[in-house]
Amino acid sequence: MSSTVPSAVKRPRRPKGRIGGHGWVAPVLLILPTVIVIGVFVYGLIGSNINTSLQDRHHIGPSQGFVGLDNYRDLFTDDDFLYSLRNLLLYTATFLLGTLCLGFLWAWLLERKSRGESLFRAIYLFPMAVSFVASGVVWRWLLNNAEGDRASGLNRLFGSLHLDFLQNPWWTNEHWGILAIAVPAIWQLSGYVMALFLAGFRGIPEELREAARMDGASEWQLYRHVIFPQLSPVALSAIIIIGHMSLKVFDLIMAIAGQTNYTTQVPAIQMWVEFTRGDYAKSAAIGTILLLIVAILIVPYLVSTYRQERRR
Amino acid sequence: MNATRKALAAGLAALSLLAVSACGSDSESGSTDEVEVFTWWAEGSEKAGLDALVKVFDEQHPDLKFVNGAVAGGAGSDAKNVLQSRLQNGEPPATFQAHAGAELTDYINAGQIEDLTDLYKEKGWDKQFPEGLLDRLKQDGGIYSVPSNIHRANMLWANPAVLKKAGIEANKSYDSMDAWIADLEKIKAKGIIPLSVATDWTQVNLLETVLLADLGAEGYNGLWDGSTDWGGSEVKTALEHYSKLLSLTNTDRQGLDWPDATQLVIDGDAAFNVMGDWAEAAFQEQKKTFGTDYTAVPVPGTDGVFDFLADSFTKPVDGPNPKGTEAWLDTIASDEGQVAFNKAKGSIPASTTADTSSFGEYQQTAIKSWGEDEIVSSLAHGAATSVNWLTDITSAVAKFGSNNDVAEFQKGLVEAAEDNKPE
Repeated sequence: MSSTVPSAVKRPRRPKGRIGGHGWVAPVLLILPTVIVIGVFVYGLIGSNINTSLQDRHHIGPSQGFVGLDNYRDLFTDDDFLYSLRNLLLYTATFLLGTLCLGFLWAWLLERKSRGESLFRAIYLFPMAVSFVASGVVWRWLLNNAEGDRASGLNRLFGSLHLDFLQNPWWTNEHWGILAIAVPAIWQLSGYVMALFLAGFRGIPEELREAARMDGASEWQLYRHVIFPQLSPVALSAIIIIGHMSLKVFDLIMAIAGQTNYTTQVPAIQMWVEFTRGDYAKSAAIGTILLLIVAILIVPYLVSTYRQERRR
Repeated sequence: MNATRKALAAGLAALSLLAVSACGSDSESGSTDEVEVFTWWAEGSEKAGLDALVKVFDEQHPDLKFVNGAVAGGAGSDAKNVLQSRLQNGEPPATFQAHAGAELTDYINAGQIEDLTDLYKEKGWDKQFPEGLLDRLKQDGGIYSVPSNIHRANMLWANPAVLKKAGIEANKSYDSMDAWIADLEKIKAKGIIPLSVATDWTQVNLLETVLLADLGAEGYNGLWDGSTDWGGSEVKTALEHYSKLLSLTNTDRQGLDWPDATQLVIDGDAAFNVMGDWAEAAFQEQKKTFGTDYTAVPVPGTDGVFDFLADSFTKPVDGPNPKGTEAWLDTIASDEGQVAFNKAKGSIPASTTADTSSFGEYQQTAIKSWGEDEIVSSLAHGAATSVNWLTDITSAVAKFGSNNDVAEFQKGLVEAAEDNKPE
């Protein structure tokens, strides 16, 4: 993390008097293509999306006029959209908590120089290499909700272990179904969070620990006052990375439950369904709301990183 | 340094080759003897059907060249998204596949496809397709597509061996939902799944047959033109029947698609399955004999009614090759095209003049009903409503599947009707 880099390194001073005195021409030319491409394809399209979301454009074909914020008003009075927002919140909370706890636990275990560290590191990290769609197809089977004789996947496992009380309808439960989707997501990304934390642990100089021990800190005090503060930037980036992935969840749900399933509705799925049926305005409005939600998470982070870099 | 430069130059050269070849294939597609046919028939029996059609097309129109514009994935939804962006950018294919009937509403309202009424008269197609079908295809007084095949959605597939185990005679006909449900309860008591169903769209398929059974053909048609009240007591009775039926199905329905649900009947794990007659292909593939290994009768209470759906082909406005489009539609409507396509796909010809003597045993029964029965439009497959309305109904059905609240279900269906009813 940038904040952990010692800031004593001085930047070399800019040499004065560039050729011809037009030192800014070359850099500007170099940046220009990127500025144009990002300007058009990112910010231009975001603008066009917001514009669509303010139109009366609920069928294929051109817009029927400007309607202001009506589409947003409709969305926030629509029970199904509120349900999908609630689902998204539950999913994100579970996904974050799960990956952070598991990731930290694994990193902590590996950090203690256990034997076979590199093997376990690879095992934990490996699920990340699988795409959500591929793992979703497998988890669709693992999370099959049939119980009793027809049970398969995890329910079958519970059955054969005589743990029948653990059998449950997984993602088809009306209230908590979305949490079942978080299970594969946690499985897949805990290893990544582990890698982040492991790097964080490795970045803490051994001297700090020794100094703390010399001063008579107990193991818990060592963690509480020395290690955790050093790890907090890592935790923050993990939250940002996992959080924004979680808010955009789409492929995993498409692979496990499909787009029409009610219990696993989230805004991204609804956006797709609305787009497919030709309700471009509603689809664009959902897209804009999603963008805002992600922005709430990311913008403060960007601002704080920017400030930290300025301070240096 | 020199080596990297050389590698870079080689890489650039390779890239520019790619670019050139891409341009080359682009410029070719503009020529007028090509007919690009846009479908989502990319695999299985659908692909086989398309191949058979192409063979007939090549014989009938040797001067034209068929170009396959199939887009796979998402049971047609991916293809529809691609198609829509092409239509809006003014780059339509010569012709595209769409479900016949009300699903075309959006294309018609957006002015993207042409009225074919005159072409029907000119080519005599209005004589060869049954009147009931032409009535169902008409929108705003015009016909906008040519049907290639017919499927029947209100079929009840059963496993006689399983029925025997539960003490129920095979091929028994039920005149009402209640009588059928009584037998389903008996099967449940034996510990067998009485009725298999799969994910949301198959539940919509089940719902439409229940509505058809309880409201009758006229009442069912009235749902789509506004003459039947979605909030009324008749619909309520149907929804209660549907709720009862759903409680007699396999619990893992959300995780299955239609072949899995039909497989439950084939394997003897379930007694009945309500599915369109493409299920016939599943029984045939596993060498099951019609009448002994499985039976197929209309869903209880819908005897004498043919709940149809059809694939069809359209003529986009400002298409690249109008003559080619007409040639393709000509092949679709021709008896040779109808027979070749439907034998390969497992459906039946829409045209009554096609020679169907070589079709299988189940298909013969379907062809007979097609000629005699009252024809109504299927909801789940785009014939009865616009895409928007179907999407709203599907989400109401999906919601009901998880909360089982009949009152809320009916309210959702009433709202869907109010939002989408044609004026």
